[in-house]
Amino acid sequence: MEPTNLIPAVSCSGVTKAYGSGDTRTVALRGVDLEVRQGELLMLVGPSGCGKTTLISVMAGILDQDAGQCSLFGQDMKRLTPAQRTAFRGRRIGFVFQAFNLVPTLTVADNISLPLLINGSPRRQARERSIACLAEVGLAGREDAMPSELSGGQQQRVAIARALVHEPDLVVCDEPTSALDHTTGLAVMDMLKNLVVRGGRSLVIVTHDSRIFHYADTMAHMDDGRIESVRPGAATGEHS
Amino acid sequence: MFHIALKMLFGDPGKYLGIITAIALSSVIMVQQPAMLVDMLSQTYGTISDISLPDIWVMDPGVKSVDDSKPIQDTQLYRVRGVRGVEWAVPFYKGMQKVRLENGESAMCQLVGLDDSTLIGGPAVMLKGRLADLHIPDGVIVDESGARGRLAKRACEECPPVPIGVGDILEFNDTRALVVGVARSTPSFMSQPVVFTTYSRAKTLALSERKMLSFVLAKAKQGEAPEAVARRISAETGLTAYSSEEFKQASLEHIVKHTNILVNIGFVVLIGFVVGTAVTGQIFYNFTLDNLRYFGVFKAMGASDRTLLGMILLQALLVGFVGFGFGAGATAAFMHATAGGPGPQAKLTWQLLLGSGGAVMFIVLLAAFISARKVLRLETAVVFKA
Ligand SMILES: Nc1ncnc2c1ncn2[C@@H]1O[C@H](COP(=O)(O)OP(=O)(O)OP(=O)(O)O)[C@@H](O)[C@H]1O
Ligand SMILES: [Mg+2]
Repeated sequence: MEPTNLIPAVSCSGVTKAYGSGDTRTVALRGVDLEVRQGELLMLVGPSGCGKTTLISVMAGILDQDAGQCSLFGQDMKRLTPAQRTAFRGRRIGFVFQAFNLVPTLTVADNISLPLLINGSPRRQARERSIACLAEVGLAGREDAMPSELSGGQQQRVAIARALVHEPDLVVCDEPTSALDHTTGLAVMDMLKNLVVRGGRSLVIVTHDSRIFHYADTMAHMDDGRIESVRPGAATGEHS
Repeated sequence: MFHIALKMLFGDPGKYLGIITAIALSSVIMVQQPAMLVDMLSQTYGTISDISLPDIWVMDPGVKSVDDSKPIQDTQLYRVRGVRGVEWAVPFYKGMQKVRLENGESAMCQLVGLDDSTLIGGPAVMLKGRLADLHIPDGVIVDESGARGRLAKRACEECPPVPIGVGDILEFNDTRALVVGVARSTPSFMSQPVVFTTYSRAKTLALSERKMLSFVLAKAKQGEAPEAVARRISAETGLTAYSSEEFKQASLEHIVKHTNILVNIGFVVLIGFVVGTAVTGQIFYNFTLDNLRYFGVFKAMGASDRTLLGMILLQALLVGFVGFGFGAGATAAFMHATAGGPGPQAKLTWQLLLGSGGAVMFIVLLAAFISARKVLRLETAVVFKA
């Protein structure tokens, strides 16, 4: 094991977060301690409203916690200026959303190339990388299609290609399979697990979908703003 | 990312065309209405603009605008000529007269009497005949819109009007006048027919008037400021004397003060402007809001505030330019197609295009800034909301 691998991908301790103030104040996180190792697939499960989305938002540096500390690859996100944090996110994190969030007016290739363009890659190079990445998710030749011309499963595969095209170290997914049928969901999970974890990257997946639990190296159960338990997942045997 | 901003715009042609059309229509209102107003106002001093040779106008102190008439004594002409700094001075008559047409009907027209020897103050563009033909006995020149309009001949009530032309006869106060030419002149504010003749013939035609000298038109000597000479004329004669520019200003101020034109039309122009800007701003604002989610995604993916702002401004500039271009182009085409008809003629000046174009760009950019603020303040975490 290389020494850098000892640094956890994500390390949260005592993270709290509340929304609103006064009567409408909702506490979403009540002191969360959680670690995600490099090369690990961690699944975050728990009842609706328990704070899963809030937690991965903090972990990915798109939401500020109220208290506690959260580091990504040893970097305390609170110590960065907003501009530095944005740039850090752009280089090292990939996102997959429940609602895909593909830009409907852009072609598949343009959608995939967004993270590269944001990081300053030249257009040509970004397009070539995108097309290669599209082939990796099994959609070779569809680069000039519009998102609306694809099925839900295909759109989520495009979204996965977009999350991976810039080779991030951490990929966070919020309910990546909940908009997909069972078979498509499994295919998408296979793809995610292969492309992310195989490359030594870390993957955090929020899900309700028990049919995909067996992909997890680690299962973190959440309830009411706290981590209740962290246990090895069904996939632990294969990967350790 | 800038080409991405443009692709987002063109990626939905229906919406893009909708935005462009809305901005174009607003631009039409914002160009055409002020053009009308500017033109109506400038017609209040059309006569002064048309008569370019003299640079000083001398008149009775009671005269408020070029459409006023309070004649002065003929002898005042000689007094003006005697003032230091005056190169030359000529008489000018302008008054409403009843003209009897060949079929016996009568109409009001504006009779203009020009200095017999120089014919200064005559129309610049002759369509038929020559200005010098006024020296033909009983000669008068009619303006084109009058010739086709109220002076036109009608064989009967229902018959189509036939424009009068060279050789036709008009009658003023039982005195015969022979049409020897047709001229083009800027339509006056009231758009009455204009009939030009010599000063001395005007005296015969306008029998009823005792004093005939409406204005003395003078020219300042080379090297003398017309304003300074005008002050000297006022001091020596007790009459009012203005330079041409001062007289335009005074005429305009008089009309604006004593009619409701500015209030009435200005109100319509203002409403057009407000509606135009509101629609334009709203449309672009909505476009950005529609894309709010995707701007949030870009932000999550690491796009800087500067990049996002640049993208939105680029989209705004593009729709602003294209929309205004179509709008102003359509207005110009419309004005060109309707030019030459009676009534006020809207004219596009570069100042007007600059003003309206500036307003359109300003409002689009303002809408862009307001919507950009929303994008920049956006909690990035919304991207996880389904
Ligand atoms: N932007 C917000 N403003 C106010 N309250 C919020 C906001 N986002 C989340 N909350 C509240 O915070 C709590 C945690 O929300 P969160 O979205 O993290 O839950 P979740 O575990 O992702 O739920 P789900 O499984 O339904 O997606 C909930 O009570 C929710 O109502
Ligand atoms: Mg959630």
